[in-house]
Amino acid sequence: MSTVPVTDLEQLSAARLSEVHRPSSPVVHFPESEPLKLDCDQLLAPFSVAYQTYGTLNSRKSNAILICHALTGDQHVANVHPVTGKPGWWETLVGPGKPVDTERFFVLCTNILGGCMGSTGPASLNPGTGKPYGLDFPVITIGDMVDAQVRLLDRLGIDQLFSVMGGSMGGMQVLEWAARHKERVFTAVPIATAPWHSAQNIALHEVGRQAVMADPDWRGGNYYAHGVVPKNGLAVARMAAHITYLSEKTLEAKFGRNLQDRDARSFSFDADFKIESYLRHQGSTFVDRFDANSYLYITRAMDYFDLEAEHGGKLANAFRGTKTEFCVVSFTSDWLYPTRDSRDIVKALNAVAANVSFVEIESDKGHDSFLLEEPEFFATVRGFLNAGAAKRGLKPGREGP
Amino acid sequence: MQKPNEPLPGAPRADHLLIAEMVEPGSRVLDIGCGDGALLRLLAETKAVDGRGIELSRERVNACVTRGLSVIQGDADRDLADYPDQAFDYAILSLTIQATRYPKAVLEHLIRIGRHAIVSFPNFGHWRIRALLLLTGRMPITDNLPEPWYMSPDAHLCTIKDFDDLVSLVDAEVEEAVAFNSSGRRLAIKNSLSAQNLLGEKAVFLLTGKRRS
Repeated sequence: MSTVPVTDLEQLSAARLSEVHRPSSPVVHFPESEPLKLDCDQLLAPFSVAYQTYGTLNSRKSNAILICHALTGDQHVANVHPVTGKPGWWETLVGPGKPVDTERFFVLCTNILGGCMGSTGPASLNPGTGKPYGLDFPVITIGDMVDAQVRLLDRLGIDQLFSVMGGSMGGMQVLEWAARHKERVFTAVPIATAPWHSAQNIALHEVGRQAVMADPDWRGGNYYAHGVVPKNGLAVARMAAHITYLSEKTLEAKFGRNLQDRDARSFSFDADFKIESYLRHQGSTFVDRFDANSYLYITRAMDYFDLEAEHGGKLANAFRGTKTEFCVVSFTSDWLYPTRDSRDIVKALNAVAANVSFVEIESDKGHDSFLLEEPEFFATVRGFLNAGAAKRGLKPGREGP
Repeated sequence: MQKPNEPLPGAPRADHLLIAEMVEPGSRVLDIGCGDGALLRLLAETKAVDGRGIELSRERVNACVTRGLSVIQGDADRDLADYPDQAFDYAILSLTIQATRYPKAVLEHLIRIGRHAIVSFPNFGHWRIRALLLLTGRMPITDNLPEPWYMSPDAHLCTIKDFDDLVSLVDAEVEEAVAFNSSGRRLAIKNSLSAQNLLGEKAVFLLTGKRRS
């Protein structure tokens, strides 16, 4: 991976800010008169939801699939990213003839509430002050993100989603959808996720947040006014988080103890090792496309996520009475959201005799496996969606039902 | 594992056909140890059931889900406790109970989870097995029980009479018991348990929990 020249970096930052305020995605604005009631009991108004769509909504509006993105993802699932110019983050899974087949399904993905790609978040302008919210933005939850998506679907006139799917934090949204809006979800695919955030998950997030807030350029969250960005802090947060998305095996295989662009140790704190160089690159490219305060708010929302506590201390209550068909997916080498977390979801679904499939995919690529083209994973998604589509009476795909 | 005497994919297994006969159309079915999903597919095709499966082998689970079946990776000994009472019309355990660690607990769960339980198993009381044990003094190896004792997953083999005793012990009632030979021909000796026990290579029992019927 090459380092991006400084002038390009400035252009990238400008592009990032432009996506906050004038996103290239379609946006639905909800005026002052249509506030979003948040879990913290505050009202958010006005607010906006930016989204991307792929494929065509059928006349019965029965073929819509909502994809929920993860912490550092966005709505650009299967198109070139407007800031980085890279392919969509799930382009291998979503597209014509692909497992999430846009020739038969209408796929949409919203930028989550609190994000920084056109939906309202801490970088958006606070109508009360005319300046970016910063820390005046209310602390939001996964449930709030889902409620914002619900409002968009109401606008689009989609009563029931054929499927809601997503990995990691996207999977938490899937679970929240299935719990809060049972009748609006025909099938649900929570991938590499958990019904609550563990102490380890919270701990890792706290390290990231403290790194951001320790950066003097963070300016108490008001860096927007000073024309700076807490780049170093956010980069460190990203570096630490990125390690948790991989597995030890991947690190060994991909980097080992190999040196970067040199034959011997430099006896300095340069990025001697390939892995150091890789992480630094991950950190520095991340700050060009992501808002630091968004990172704080979204990680907080994940930490607050506890579907069991939300339902009286019994996870099964979250799903009682559900008619949704579930396909729960985990990966063997994912230590961030390990298989036992998915098993807890399955146990709760079984306890209410819900219709559930559960597969654990053998992969040594860690949590990031859900973003990669794992053949068994893709076959599972295709098979599950095809079976659901037949039950929902949708037209068969290229390869038959 | 593919049992050596299992027919090739396509032709339904003999015990599956007998089980399918016992299942009311349109019912809710849980198939424990569903393997490659052959029984679930047979029941979906011939009886339009709402079927779910549990299977131990990850590869087989993934193959089932890829084919559109609702199957989870799980273990009969560990995971049946998660299910609520009477969640299904039928809880089915085909040729699996002898491979569980705690057959009694598993059977109790079956009659709790299902309004009916259907259990098929190889009959250790078949005359050939009795004869082999008597004549050779060693654990019998037959078409039906092809593996040596140290390789076999069958930890708790039983006879038809033994199973009938267990049914009484867990307070269940036998609605129907069918003994059959390995080609799937049912034996016309329905009324005599002793005769079934001597001549049947396998058996299928349709049960109901007494307290709830």
